[in-house]
Amino acid sequence: MSLQVLRPGILMTVQDRGRHGHQHVGLCPGGAMDPVALALANALAGNTADEAALEITVLGPELACPRDMLVALCGAEFEANIPRNRPVLIEAGKRIAIGRATRGARAYLAVAGGIAVEPVLGSRSTYLPGRFGGFQGRALRRGDILPLQEEAEMLSRERFASLKQARNGTVRWSAPPLTLPDREPVLLHAIEGQHYAGFDSLSQRAFFDAVWRVAPESNRMGFRLLGAALARAESGEILSGPTCLGSVQVPANGAPIALMADHQTTGGYPRIAEIASADVPRLAQLAPGGRLHFARCSLDMAAELRKDTNARLEAALRGIAWGYGH
Amino acid sequence: MARSTFRPTAVIPLGDLAAYVEFARTLDLEINAFVQRLAVAVRGRKEPGIRDVVPALGGLALHFEPHFDGDPLQAASALVDRCIKDGLPPNAKVGGTVEVPVCYEQSFAPDLDDVARKTGLAAEEVVRRHAAGEYRVLMIGFAPGHAYMGGLDAKLAVPRRATPRPVVVHGSVAIANEQTVVYPYAISGGWNVIGRTPLTVFDAMRSPPSLFGPGDRVHFRPITPSEFATFPK
Repeated sequence: MSLQVLRPGILMTVQDRGRHGHQHVGLCPGGAMDPVALALANALAGNTADEAALEITVLGPELACPRDMLVALCGAEFEANIPRNRPVLIEAGKRIAIGRATRGARAYLAVAGGIAVEPVLGSRSTYLPGRFGGFQGRALRRGDILPLQEEAEMLSRERFASLKQARNGTVRWSAPPLTLPDREPVLLHAIEGQHYAGFDSLSQRAFFDAVWRVAPESNRMGFRLLGAALARAESGEILSGPTCLGSVQVPANGAPIALMADHQTTGGYPRIAEIASADVPRLAQLAPGGRLHFARCSLDMAAELRKDTNARLEAALRGIAWGYGH
Repeated sequence: MARSTFRPTAVIPLGDLAAYVEFARTLDLEINAFVQRLAVAVRGRKEPGIRDVVPALGGLALHFEPHFDGDPLQAASALVDRCIKDGLPPNAKVGGTVEVPVCYEQSFAPDLDDVARKTGLAAEEVVRRHAAGEYRVLMIGFAPGHAYMGGLDAKLAVPRRATPRPVVVHGSVAIANEQTVVYPYAISGGWNVIGRTPLTVFDAMRSPPSLFGPGDRVHFRPITPSEFATFPK
């Protein structure tokens, strides 16, 4: 079973929950930029949370489905010929056509049984800088044939048959879009980073006051932010140290970089802030040009936000399980 | 006598799902050796809520599972304290040994003459001293498999290049300050390139993928251009 890429869009890669446990040799976890949307898409397609899906960025693909195929599209709002946030049975010979993003930047297309590329170091995620994982370690191109599970068609029909309120190839219920950005500027919570105190007071204030814009040269490694130039009060280099998803580091030019899924695992730039983990997927939903600002929060509050996000995802997953008759 | 134990100077949040237990703000090889021992002890416990244990130049980062339901700073502190109290593995048992063949020939060493000029040593002497050293992997980061190694001959300590090269060929062996590195990929970089290894530094399809592990002891062995050309990958 396979899925044929007729048109790849701007950047389409295979992603799952990432490869963990390798940061001590400098390999970042990677995986879906918006893992919440990935989890919803997998659940809607009847998959376990570990399956790989297609991460679609800003401009979507056109795909040919040679057999009946149960799919789900979650995350950003895209112009598409299939409804979002619900299971959809695509009939053999039909196409999935996804156009531009109208709200948000990244969507996930899950297929029953998952994208069946070989795992590398325990994950099917594409790691573009290292050119491995996913489909031949690269973004998908026109003509690529994406492998699916052999029994994907049977799985698709069986799963669709078990769905409640199924009608015309889809269902009458949907999952909530948990990570779609609010009206811009998007508010992201951030705690003070290790080197916050080393920035001058104007820069400390500017970080939390400025409206930032995602720069065009942003990618899966990091989002460059434009808005104010941040400067340190102290001079001299800092000792290189570990980084994390959502760390905001400030290179010498003063324009901060928010570290995203494919980030470097250590860095020598001062870290002014750390974005709450619950808000990182919402940042991932901003396209270049998207606007955001930061609200100071405590570590406790970041933990509360995380638990709240986990609880809302769990509730959505329970709703999907209900739709599957569980 | 070397101190056998150190206390954390700070425990710093890295987001809300990781903590950095810091032991030093400047590079101290003795403290780094302690961090490597601590990393082995923490990793050996296989704590269920922890998914990454990352030794860095001056401390240890612990990354927690997304469903972690506690205070990462307290959890990291408590775990580190327990490991230190229960005893760390001896330094000699931490890390393996790696021999890296290096061709120091001119065409692989664009910055060798520059280093010679800055240090006042002959190029041959730079090479001799680099190859005579015993190095220790202090931290791996920047790119997969990119190991920061300490132990460089103090006479060879030169700053990074003022203008980084847009592309440094993979396998390039380079020095800056009192460290040496081997570039795992063709990436931009400002270190002074004095040779090249035919070895693949990071290969995701290999087991283990990284040539270097935390705390490894590393030697460089000079090879000729013809050995380089015929070296088995």
